[in-house]
Amino acid sequence: MQHKLARQFFYDMTLARQFEQAAAEQYTQGKIGGFLHLYPGEEAVAVGSLHAAEAGDYVVSTYREHVHAMVWGVSPSAVMAELFGRATGCSGGYGGSMHLYDVSRRFLGGYAIVGETFAIAAGVGYWLRLNDSTHIVICYFGDGAANQGTFHETLNMASLWKLPVLFVCENNRYQIGTEIHRHSAVPDIYRHASAYGIDGRQVDGMDVVAVYEATRSAVQHVRSGNGPYLIECETYRYRGHSMADSGAYRSALELAELRARDPLALFRERALTQEWLNESDCQEVEKAVEGVVVDAVRFADESPPPTDLSKDVYAVPLDLYGGRP
Amino acid sequence: MTRQRNDDVGSIGTARSAPELEVWQALNIALDRAMERDSAVFILGEDVGLFGGSYRVTQGLFAKYGEWRVRDTPISENSFVGIGVGAALAGGRPVVEIMTVNFALLALDSIINMAAKMRYMSGGQMQVPLVVRMPGGVAKQLGAQHSQRLEHTLLNVPGLRIVTPATPQDSYWQLSQAIVADDPIIVLEHELLYFTKGPFDADALPPPMHAAAIRREGSDVTLIAWHRMVSFSMDAAAKLSDSGIEAEVIDLRSLRPVDLPLLRESVSKTHRAIVVEEDCRFGGVGAEIAASLNEAAYRDLVSPVLRLAASDVPTPYNAELERASIPGIKDIIRVV
Repeated sequence: MQHKLARQFFYDMTLARQFEQAAAEQYTQGKIGGFLHLYPGEEAVAVGSLHAAEAGDYVVSTYREHVHAMVWGVSPSAVMAELFGRATGCSGGYGGSMHLYDVSRRFLGGYAIVGETFAIAAGVGYWLRLNDSTHIVICYFGDGAANQGTFHETLNMASLWKLPVLFVCENNRYQIGTEIHRHSAVPDIYRHASAYGIDGRQVDGMDVVAVYEATRSAVQHVRSGNGPYLIECETYRYRGHSMADSGAYRSALELAELRARDPLALFRERALTQEWLNESDCQEVEKAVEGVVVDAVRFADESPPPTDLSKDVYAVPLDLYGGRP
Repeated sequence: MTRQRNDDVGSIGTARSAPELEVWQALNIALDRAMERDSAVFILGEDVGLFGGSYRVTQGLFAKYGEWRVRDTPISENSFVGIGVGAALAGGRPVVEIMTVNFALLALDSIINMAAKMRYMSGGQMQVPLVVRMPGGVAKQLGAQHSQRLEHTLLNVPGLRIVTPATPQDSYWQLSQAIVADDPIIVLEHELLYFTKGPFDADALPPPMHAAAIRREGSDVTLIAWHRMVSFSMDAAAKLSDSGIEAEVIDLRSLRPVDLPLLRESVSKTHRAIVVEEDCRFGGVGAEIAASLNEAAYRDLVSPVLRLAASDVPTPYNAELERASIPGIKDIIRVV
């Protein structure tokens, strides 16, 4: 692996870890409201998969999407400011943690209803296909979303019409507090794809290089016009479902076992062993990220709030009792 | 689902030169012209392609534009409406047909949670230029699951607009306007109006999409209606005229927003108003109109705005009970 790519992986995963830690602190201090779903433990999935895509491709994600947004180019400051509900946030303070958007980068959210990402991604894919585009859509979803009707409905249509959609499952084993063997009759999510004639595979979601390699070949498959593909990344979240959840339904042993396979620590170690990076590279990245995160929090804290309650409900302001526009 | 056919009406080509058209033909022409004008416009829905649409609205378009622009979908309402939302976010102008409003209940996540909120949630970055067409209304003994009016369900969703064309001309105008607009717009159609005739001029200048229309002038009472209740109100007004009562009939044409200025103007002349509604009474459009008008035109009214609406029951199958469940011409006359 090239030094440059290894450094990028390490930078993005470190940013992901530190950013989410800072978000948790700011939530505890009351600076961030609502629901806050954090990503520690799952970093290898977003980082490995998004680096296999190209600028111009679309990304559709779930409500646990801070890291996807940042890896796809949205600045940590704009994401943090959105969590703070400020006008400088990537959704102007109108979206919040679960609704991050950056249309200029083709980052399309941020959906808070489980299972919505499928149809959005297929719709974008339909439009790309209708226009003979070579771009594709990456669609993230969790193991819990595979039980929604939209998963099955959309896989059917995406396959039927050979839509350029890469479905990436972030299987963290839990739909909030219900473990996968208690919520899915077929817990290997990638196997669902075959029911709709879609190729799929399972990959170690704690290994960023494995995710990257698997996604690269999947992207190639999709971009070449072969229709959709599904990658299931087996991963784990260290925290509860959201800040409102302590995660007490999981055993300490299970958590310890997974933490021993921490994607960030594993990659750091591997990069040093393989000499993709040296120790000073790593420390330099860690220090740089610390600064970026501190800056993001300061930026968010100093940013003004949005003030216009009723803008952007419609394309032009609409008087509901006017009837004329 | 019933498939209603009227075999003596022509294809797109013959329809275009006719001075009088049926509603389905006007909708068909609106779609055809919009697709000709803008390659971003495409159609999605169940049986809209090869089959030509359950009410013939998309007839001929599959042959003319091909399967990518007139897409037959599987029976997956929530996901194919969601596909419309996604395509709209990426730059398309999808027109999604849901076979009946009853099936739209399966697609409310895509309509209410997504389409209606994307612009606002994204701080104005995104837009959803999506049209969702769906017919509803009490038709002919279709039973409780095929006879609903969903006005009340969609009425109070910020981000949506709702139009209710009742004539061929309005069907053409309002669908055309909805397609070029940059918001998600629900075009509520009525199953029993598709094969009704009316004058049609494709080149006439349209009024604003949400303007109400005075169908009959009168000085004694204002009847406020939409869809099929407009013609009921017209018939009732004609009979009332025989006994010396002149009713003004207003076709709302749009439920969200609503043309309150025109209603106020009418009431300032008639001093009395009745909302005639095919949807159920409780928590319906009539309640909103009556409340708004009572607030806004209090000084002009000599009595409170009344509502004549459907009974709050699921629609029965039996033909006589079905007829009794919604307002009829005699009911309107009685309430006046």
